[in-house]
Amino acid sequence: MSDKTPILRTKGLTKRFGGLVAVSDVSLDLHIGEVHVVIGPNGAGKSTLTNLLSGDLPPTSGEVVFEGQDIAGCTADHISRLGIGRSYQKTNIFLPFTVFENCRLAAQSRTPHALRVFHRAEGYQDINRLAQEAMAAAGLSHRAQRVAATLSHGEQRQLEIAMCLATQPRVLLLDEPLAGMGPHESQRMVELIKGLGAGHAIMLIEHDMDAVFALAHRLTVMVNGEVLESGTPEAVRSSPAVQQAYLGGEELLHD
Amino acid sequence: MGNTRLTQFLPYLVVGLLALFPLVESTFYTQLLTKVLIMAIFAMSLDLLVGYTGLVSFGHAAYFGLAGYALALMAPKYETVSLWWSLPAAIGVCALFALVTGTLVLRTRGIYFIMVTLAFAQMLFFIFHDTKIGGGSDGIYIYAKPTMKLGDVELVNLEKLEQFYWLTLALMAAAYLLLRRVLGSNFGRALLGIKVNEHRMRALGFPVFRYQLASFTLSGALAGMAGYLAAVQYGFVNPEILSWHQSGAVLMMVILGGMGTLYGSVIGAFAFVLLQEVLSNQAWFGPSAKHWQLAMGIFIMLVALYLPQGLAGLLARFGRSPVMEAADE
Repeated sequence: MSDKTPILRTKGLTKRFGGLVAVSDVSLDLHIGEVHVVIGPNGAGKSTLTNLLSGDLPPTSGEVVFEGQDIAGCTADHISRLGIGRSYQKTNIFLPFTVFENCRLAAQSRTPHALRVFHRAEGYQDINRLAQEAMAAAGLSHRAQRVAATLSHGEQRQLEIAMCLATQPRVLLLDEPLAGMGPHESQRMVELIKGLGAGHAIMLIEHDMDAVFALAHRLTVMVNGEVLESGTPEAVRSSPAVQQAYLGGEELLHD
Repeated sequence: MGNTRLTQFLPYLVVGLLALFPLVESTFYTQLLTKVLIMAIFAMSLDLLVGYTGLVSFGHAAYFGLAGYALALMAPKYETVSLWWSLPAAIGVCALFALVTGTLVLRTRGIYFIMVTLAFAQMLFFIFHDTKIGGGSDGIYIYAKPTMKLGDVELVNLEKLEQFYWLTLALMAAAYLLLRRVLGSNFGRALLGIKVNEHRMRALGFPVFRYQLASFTLSGALAGMAGYLAAVQYGFVNPEILSWHQSGAVLMMVILGGMGTLYGSVIGAFAFVLLQEVLSNQAWFGPSAKHWQLAMGIFIMLVALYLPQGLAGLLARFGRSPVMEAADE
């Protein structure tokens, strides 16, 4: 894998909820140009890990270093403005707004004139262009004027990604983007993520093994909040510990 | 949706017709309509919070009443005070108070936000009620109404009913245009986003608290403008102007008219004030006029049940918010 310094690295990242340790001593690296897939059974702490990186939750201990700066405990909006974008496992969009407005609002968050109160919101060409590009990248241009609530589930997932892209992040944290998608839509999304992989550092949480092995440059397996194994997909696939603990011995090899 | 030109033109038409009102009608109705317009400003200021920022304040009378007291305390006892500086000063006091209280109340959400805003308003109520600052429970009289002079020429004298009416109408129109403008900007869109999905706004990188605080401050300032005018109209202020009844009444106007439409607040203020006037009219309703609040309550319940978008919902067919344009493609 890449020898360069990672754009984002965690060291000993831990999150406790009372007596429960949801994420325990997790250290992982994200590099530009790499898709780092995190898999693990339900309750393994994958979503909590995402929340720690995005600032939705403050870690109990440990470091999150983004470009040399420790950002553990920073607020979600601050982390987003640094260039770390995320999508949600449960679709989290602005349902009453049009697709375009969802993306426009996301793009607006990047502009310094967000507090200019007398100009019409639609009047900024740079923001509109970012929104258009994000919709195009996610394959939603033909739905621009549709209200988000009227989209299909798969389209809402695409919008989720489009909004994330409109904020021009360099690190993308994608929490189960394929959840609930049909085969055709899944294929599209895999292609999209593959395309994004070149210019971004991506952490992808996913259950769909076809997608996982189609995309992963690096694979981390989490169980009970801990990293069980991390490395190239081939190495992880053949790890006896992984086969035993998570993949039930057979499942992965014969799917 | 083909009526967009009509809906654009309509507010100007309404203001134009309202401007002619004092020329054809009696003193009583001009005064009543002045009260309506003042409450319309007050209700619009609250709609900015409730309808556009997703913050239900139950203590908005604090800013309304504070401006009234600011005027009463700033004005010299038996001379007129200049409108030039007393109105901006009263608005400024309210903006500052909203900025300070906003930093505290905006740490809470939902039902707690309702309770904390109410608590601040009650605090102010008891400060003016139990201390001598503002004349205690009796309040203070404002003997001479403000005037506006340029050199020696008197431009506006609020002692004159028509002038007061026109000034109030002009300020209401200005408040409406200002809010329309602000809400159509990036700032306004961010407020709507916060109302719809605060969590996602934060994830997108918006410093939500700052936006809410700005909205809260603007809202307090506009409520102050309304409160100043109300104090001028009544000629006195007492703690009732800050009471939770007042906060409740303005909230009802917003809900009655239709939240998140701005013009709904104007309609709500009209409906509320006029209904109150009609239902409490003893000539028409005899002894039951005393119980006008019962009839008002029933009316509001009916609107809430059958017009969930308020009275403005009836008009909504003519125009749609651009953000949500293609709702039924």
